[in-house]
Amino acid sequence: MTERAVLTGRHFMMGNFACAEGALAAGCRFAAGYPITPATEVAERLAERLPAVGGTFLQMEDEIGSMAAIIGASWGGMKTLTATSGPGVSLMLENIGFAVGTETPCVIVNVMRGGPTTGIPTVELQGDVIQVRRGSHGDYQIIALAPSSVQECFDYTVEAFNLAERFRTPVFVLTDAFLGHMREELLIPEPEAIPVTDRRLFPTGVDTESLPGFLDEDVAPMPVFGLGHKAHVTSSCHDAYGRRNVVDASALDVFIKKLHGKIEAHRDEIVRVAQDADGAEIVLVSYGSIFRCAQAVVEAGRAGGLKLGWLKLGTLWPFADKEIQAVAKRVKRLIVLENNLGQLFHYVQAAAAGVAPVSFLPPRVLGEMHEIADVLKAVREVRA
Amino acid sequence: MSMAVYDHPLAKYIRPSAKSTANCPGCGNGILAQAILQAVDELGLSMDDFVFVSGIGCSAWIPSPSFFADVLHTTHGRPIAFATGIKAALPHKHVMVVSGDGDLTAIGGNHLIHAARRNIAMTVVCVNNGIYGMTGGQVAPTTPLGLMTVTTPFGNAENPFDICKLVEGAGASFIARWTTYHPRQIVKTMKKAIQKKGFAFVEVISQCPVEFGRKTGMGNSVQMMEHYKQNSVSLAKAKTMAPEALTGKMVVGEFVDITKPELIETMAAVRTRAMASGGGN
Repeated sequence: MTERAVLTGRHFMMGNFACAEGALAAGCRFAAGYPITPATEVAERLAERLPAVGGTFLQMEDEIGSMAAIIGASWGGMKTLTATSGPGVSLMLENIGFAVGTETPCVIVNVMRGGPTTGIPTVELQGDVIQVRRGSHGDYQIIALAPSSVQECFDYTVEAFNLAERFRTPVFVLTDAFLGHMREELLIPEPEAIPVTDRRLFPTGVDTESLPGFLDEDVAPMPVFGLGHKAHVTSSCHDAYGRRNVVDASALDVFIKKLHGKIEAHRDEIVRVAQDADGAEIVLVSYGSIFRCAQAVVEAGRAGGLKLGWLKLGTLWPFADKEIQAVAKRVKRLIVLENNLGQLFHYVQAAAAGVAPVSFLPPRVLGEMHEIADVLKAVREVRA
Repeated sequence: MSMAVYDHPLAKYIRPSAKSTANCPGCGNGILAQAILQAVDELGLSMDDFVFVSGIGCSAWIPSPSFFADVLHTTHGRPIAFATGIKAALPHKHVMVVSGDGDLTAIGGNHLIHAARRNIAMTVVCVNNGIYGMTGGQVAPTTPLGLMTVTTPFGNAENPFDICKLVEGAGASFIARWTTYHPRQIVKTMKKAIQKKGFAFVEVISQCPVEFGRKTGMGNSVQMMEHYKQNSVSLAKAKTMAPEALTGKMVVGEFVDITKPELIETMAAVRTRAMASGGGN
């Protein structure tokens, strides 16, 4: 008997398991990975759960092979995922660029840890925010979501699959060592209540010689393998039919702009921010596990009479520049809280330029969370 | 008087929009492309029964874009890892990787040995020209000791791989080697490799007259194939020869054809066990 793919009900679960359950609920049936702290539990959960629902988990020989395998399986028609941490992402980036260029839907969960290099595997750092945006060579767009709770680990992983399928592109779920190993309540809805998007498929009985399957800003139907479409899929510069063209710079211009435009034209559908900033003079901008600190600071600050608000970035990429600018127009100052030395900070500054001043506050010790008192002290200093 | 026009009997397998080849005159790729398509034809299979996967290098141009089938042209060294995902998703399709010695044994060596170890059912065709042809004739892990190339101007200081022995040690269930001088033998072997329920590896020693022959003094295409003819030794004959007599020779034939657990089938068994156990619910 096939086991349930969607574990409807109330759970007390760690973030890494919640990502795995979100993948299953979204329809993921193939995952490949390589062990790495602090992401390994995603693979362990999928290794146990996927075969029971008719799927496959493969532990590959490295992260390069894991990324390659999920792209291959995606072209085989499956929804696919890999989970890793920073060093693994470093190895995957060439093939992530391949997935962008060939318009391959797939999801990469990056449970961020302390870097650079091997760093500290069990300590959280929001250190890969720019890496996932621009780490692969060349010019391209990416989608990255940043959950801030175990519930969002589930919800955002489902959403990541939906965006990957909708836009035929790799999508990152950026969690971290805190979130991945944190256990809290998770409510998994009935399957019917979970919105699931499937890729638009190339019409039956047609091959890619007669109908374009690539480079459409409204997302071309995907000529997945095995259905007689005879698709030629190359990451080299190609036209809308998948025909390689590596002699014209004008072909490269179209190749880059179409892939870019596909995300840019639909950024309003993708970008998600949440805010509690009505009447606020100072707004704390944050994402991921650090949002939980920001929320606590706002609560404590308001109790002490401060006009504080928060803005949470649910998507890091594409960047919520318009949304940040809109908030900046209503307030006196934005303070960016990140567990790094300022990665999204510069993007927030650019979005609010000429509208409101932006300051940056890392935790006292990188890899630890912000102390509420430290943030309140910083708020009082900028008010003075 | 008009001349009759005949289509090549294998032209139906060529992508209509593929009007030219990236291969140099005299390249061995054409012989091998024809041998693969001949094998498909003789087996009575359709191109829709296949997914072809290639890496980076001249031999990647054998299926991409010319074969009128599903083709994934991947990153350098990784075609076998991509093919592993494809085979897992489409277990009933024949998955064939066509790539070169540099792609498969240097940058991609890890994927080669692990796919052989897993014994996943796919055909891997390794076009071994002993050189990096596309980038202009640099030394490869298959270049003979002492040979001068553009990155070994004073002679290659390294020993080459015996790729078939490497793949045998890693656990592949079908292994063969031929040269482009043996097109009929390649077709026969290719048919077995395609039908093999396991990891089937076919090495084809192939001439690169432009980047290998010209730069190393091995000569043009005809001279290189003459060299293959004179220096290839059948497996049966090689067994009767002293090891020192085999120096510089190319042993050809089917080395391994065994039956052992295959990954797609063992993964299906994993699924059955997982469903029976409750799968973490």
